[in-house]
Amino acid sequence: MLALRAKMPALRMQNHLLSLIIFAPLAGAAINWLVGRRLRNERFIGLVACGSVAISAILGFYLAFKSGGALRSTQPVMDHLWTWIQVGNFRADFGLAMDRLSGIYVLFITFVGFLIHVFATGYMHGDGGYYRFFAYLNLFMFAMLTLILGDNFLLMFVGWEGVGLCSYLLIGFYLDKAEAAPAAKKAFVANRVGDWGFVMGILLLFWMTSGAGAPSISFFDKPGVASALQTVAHMPIDGFTWHAIFAGGISSIAVLLFIGATGKSAQIPLYVWLPDAMAGPTPVSALIHAATMVTAGVYMLARCSAIFTHAPFAMFIVAIVGAATALFAATIGLAQNDIKKVLAYSTISQLGYMFLACGVGAFIAAIFHVMTHAFFKAQLFLGSGSVIHGMHHEQDMRRMGGLRKYMPITWLTMCCGWLAICGVPIWAGFFSKDEILWKVWVAGSANMPAGAAKALWFVGIVTALLTAVYMTRLMVMTFWGDERFSSQHDAHGESHADDHHAVTPHESPWSMTVPLIVLAMLSTVGGFVGVPYAISSLAGGHPINYFEEVLAPAISTVPATHAPEGEATKLHWQSPPPQEVDGKPAVAPVGEAPGAATEHEIPSPQELNEERLLALVSVLIALSGIGIGWLMFERKPLRAMPRLLENKYYVDEIYDAAIIQPINVGSREGLWKIFDIGVIDGIIHLIGGAVVRFGRTIRYMQIGFVRGYAAIILAGALIIIGYFAYSGAHVLRFLVR
Amino acid sequence: MAPQLSWYLALSAVLFTIGVVGVMIKRNVISMFMCIELMLNAVNLTFVAFSSFFRDVTGQLFVFIVMTVAAAEAAVGLGIIIAIFRSRESLDVDDASTLKL
Repeated sequence: MLALRAKMPALRMQNHLLSLIIFAPLAGAAINWLVGRRLRNERFIGLVACGSVAISAILGFYLAFKSGGALRSTQPVMDHLWTWIQVGNFRADFGLAMDRLSGIYVLFITFVGFLIHVFATGYMHGDGGYYRFFAYLNLFMFAMLTLILGDNFLLMFVGWEGVGLCSYLLIGFYLDKAEAAPAAKKAFVANRVGDWGFVMGILLLFWMTSGAGAPSISFFDKPGVASALQTVAHMPIDGFTWHAIFAGGISSIAVLLFIGATGKSAQIPLYVWLPDAMAGPTPVSALIHAATMVTAGVYMLARCSAIFTHAPFAMFIVAIVGAATALFAATIGLAQNDIKKVLAYSTISQLGYMFLACGVGAFIAAIFHVMTHAFFKAQLFLGSGSVIHGMHHEQDMRRMGGLRKYMPITWLTMCCGWLAICGVPIWAGFFSKDEILWKVWVAGSANMPAGAAKALWFVGIVTALLTAVYMTRLMVMTFWGDERFSSQHDAHGESHADDHHAVTPHESPWSMTVPLIVLAMLSTVGGFVGVPYAISSLAGGHPINYFEEVLAPAISTVPATHAPEGEATKLHWQSPPPQEVDGKPAVAPVGEAPGAATEHEIPSPQELNEERLLALVSVLIALSGIGIGWLMFERKPLRAMPRLLENKYYVDEIYDAAIIQPINVGSREGLWKIFDIGVIDGIIHLIGGAVVRFGRTIRYMQIGFVRGYAAIILAGALIIIGYFAYSGAHVLRFLVR
Repeated sequence: MAPQLSWYLALSAVLFTIGVVGVMIKRNVISMFMCIELMLNAVNLTFVAFSSFFRDVTGQLFVFIVMTVAAAEAAVGLGIIIAIFRSRESLDVDDASTLKL
């Protein structure tokens, strides 16, 4: 390892183009904010916004795929801008790094982001805040790319907060919408709760690496900075116990970081903000609350895979929370009538899948699902945006129906997204979801009770069924059946109420349909970069899983799968480091890839058959889900759903009663009326009152006669002299001497 | 018998006490003012006596400072007295007793 670190500086690549990836959108935001607000020219604003993201995308692809680029070399492309904090031998840089993991993230963020920017130029046409919208959107791209490309936790946290801010600004973008501002506030507060965990995790990590002699919060080895992740990777694995979480060790770090991820990535218990976030414009929902920002938590977990693989119990918690969220959100999604709310719960559910994958150690499968999900969920959201646009800002699916005649392109492209999220073969979602389910199924041999893996798999497969059902419901209610929008009978109190009678739905302009088509194609073929061996080998030959091949060096694997040792011996690892025990580093060193080559051995035929069987099962599940959805909703699209689901299990109400109201009441009655008015104001009034009363007493000394004052002076002088004469004789003696 | 230090101190104390008592019992502003001067000069006498006794010139320097202050005080004090007299036609300090509650 030392030899590896020694030769690392020579291999590192500096590339200042990397900083241009993040600064191009920042410049776009600044131009739109300063110049665009004066020009008010939609063409200029759209061009600046899309152009700056296009620059990022082009640079991202160039740096990833050029010879020696991030995806073709095992060395990250790095760009050290300046040293940010230097205290003792601790250093945090403003430095960017693009390795294979962040490279893949940059690729899909910039590309999908570019498409969504283009879409938004059409969607936001005519809005008074056009310049503001695109300034925020570009600022978001800057923050998101900083989050991804930051080479240490601190810079990542800067991006993490930046995307939170932009999310807040964009959710509350519609200033005239009553529910937008509270939704934005809710998102911000829920994220703060998670950020608490994230910050504590970073501090604890710093504390631990300091204890190990190499204080660092960096992801990578750099000159003068050792990688914190490598330091953790060389520590013994925590035990699989509750106590490990509260012991302040690696498990504690992992759980705290995961709390941060639950806030940003909308997992139980902090998911409540995401459905409300749909109050923002639809392109924002697609970009921030589906494709990119909410997957930051998954990115963080994958980046910290070295930490998580050393904390098996934390991993178990991640898996359970992920599975629970997936199922929970999917059931809620069944009963929502707002087209965007369905997609929001679907997003939460899919994010649950990703965390489930992370929890069983299948980080690569999680990232794969992040990528395919970015394609098809962005597609579905933009499709819903197109529908909303075509329906003149109608979001309730009960007032849609039969739209496929009016919006054929939107309908066809959304069908691709629909099939992808349901997990129908050849569409992208199938490969990623199937891989996650397979990895969960086999996870029993890793750091997890054997039965738990099967239970988690069952939850996953039920979620897959529900996903197919509610997505079919969405499609059926929107595009098939009667045209319910023409029969407006209830008094619809919104500002567009008068439009509904006259206007029929229309297809969206090309600026909206072209991104839809591109994303639909990606949703269709995007999964082929990661076809698992078990399926691709059906076609013959020995094809490799390109996606897994690329990502493997950047991800730590669960060491226990390679080291079949009893838990008891692991618990007592104190003096001999683990990598000497099993003869192989716990983490494949970033610089060398022999580990990766040996890892991708061809699995045994039984395993292959099992994997194929499970794939068949999930295909059947998906198709039956679509079938159920079709049968249930094709005839009766307005079928009443269970009230419990429609009301989202009353979680908002429970939170309101259990947390928000107590805080409100406690703040008002306790902190304000008792502490503020009683204690703080009380102290101040007490001091003031005492001074007033004292002055009122001694003012009788002001008698007005000069000789009276002289008498007081005399009395004072006598007292002082008397004091010295009586007790301070030695003082006088001192003076004399 | 040569003069002792204690004689000077005793004289100074007597002068100072006369000054204090004068300030306390006199109602005429001019008299009170003269008593203040008397106190200052009693202190001056102490300074000079100690200065001579310790063979240290610092005490005499202090006397000069006190005299300067006394001169300034006399100027200001007489100005105030004239101002009071002009407004009240009286030198009785007990007449000038409006500075109270």
